[in-house]
Amino acid sequence: MHNLQTITALGGKTPRIDVFDHITIIENDSVALASVTARMGREAGCYKVLQKLLGVVPETGRAVLHNTETGFYMGLDQWMLTAPRVSHELIADQLKKLFGDNASVTEQSGAWVCLDIIGRAMPDMCERLCAVPVRQMVAGDVQRTVIHKMGCFVIRCMANDQLRILGPRSTAATLHHALMTAATSTA
Amino acid sequence: MIINHPLLGQRDSSEFTYLGDAKLIERPDPDSETATHDFYKYAYLRDNPAGWHKELWFHEAGDRSWLVVTRNTLTHEISKVEMARDVAREKGRRR
Repeated sequence: MHNLQTITALGGKTPRIDVFDHITIIENDSVALASVTARMGREAGCYKVLQKLLGVVPETGRAVLHNTETGFYMGLDQWMLTAPRVSHELIADQLKKLFGDNASVTEQSGAWVCLDIIGRAMPDMCERLCAVPVRQMVAGDVQRTVIHKMGCFVIRCMANDQLRILGPRSTAATLHHALMTAATSTA
Repeated sequence: MIINHPLLGQRDSSEFTYLGDAKLIERPDPDSETATHDFYKYAYLRDNPAGWHKELWFHEAGDRSWLVVTRNTLTHEISKVEMARDVAREKGRRR
């Protein structure tokens, strides 16, 4: 019997947390992700399931921060749905049963790293990292952008000083390094 | 240069990748009798206008949408930005 130990996106046995006076960077490995794309001609059916899951269909550039499942806009008729990993490890299979032929569902948990930035210097840090108008964004606003050449989603969370960044998991360490550099420069 | 994305609003052109003439949407019918000549024209022959030009742009660092941008190649003025999907559907494309 193999004795396998799962590791986080940054390679640790437990999620990495970096605490500064002005900012905290948390590797969040408790999020399961799946993308949902409405199939041509089946959009109405897809919207119906999204509405049932999230309350509303996430509008352009918006996230729905709902109880268990949350979701945000990725592109035209495309959304990313998220849920706690502990209860939704097989999120894509679970969603596919709900959406049926109305949407294509793709597992994304293994493709992204989730990094939460919390603290008073969050807007300053965000401005150093990417060209997103973070001070104009309100809770639930989401933008896809580029951080150090890596395509990332930037989500403004409910807490006023919190930002969530979803970046490519394969370059998680590079993205984390960029965040650490920005955190140091805003100290 | 700023591109006024139909869904996301004004975005910097550095977020986009230029993909050339929007006539690429009009892919010839491969079953046509003149398919060989049509595909030769489609693949190799391009207009290079000094003035208004319809172009395909890909929002690579954004929502990954394809746009048809009407741009003046002399002044870089942009008069119209449309979702490529809508343009293709107007031309009768269903896939």
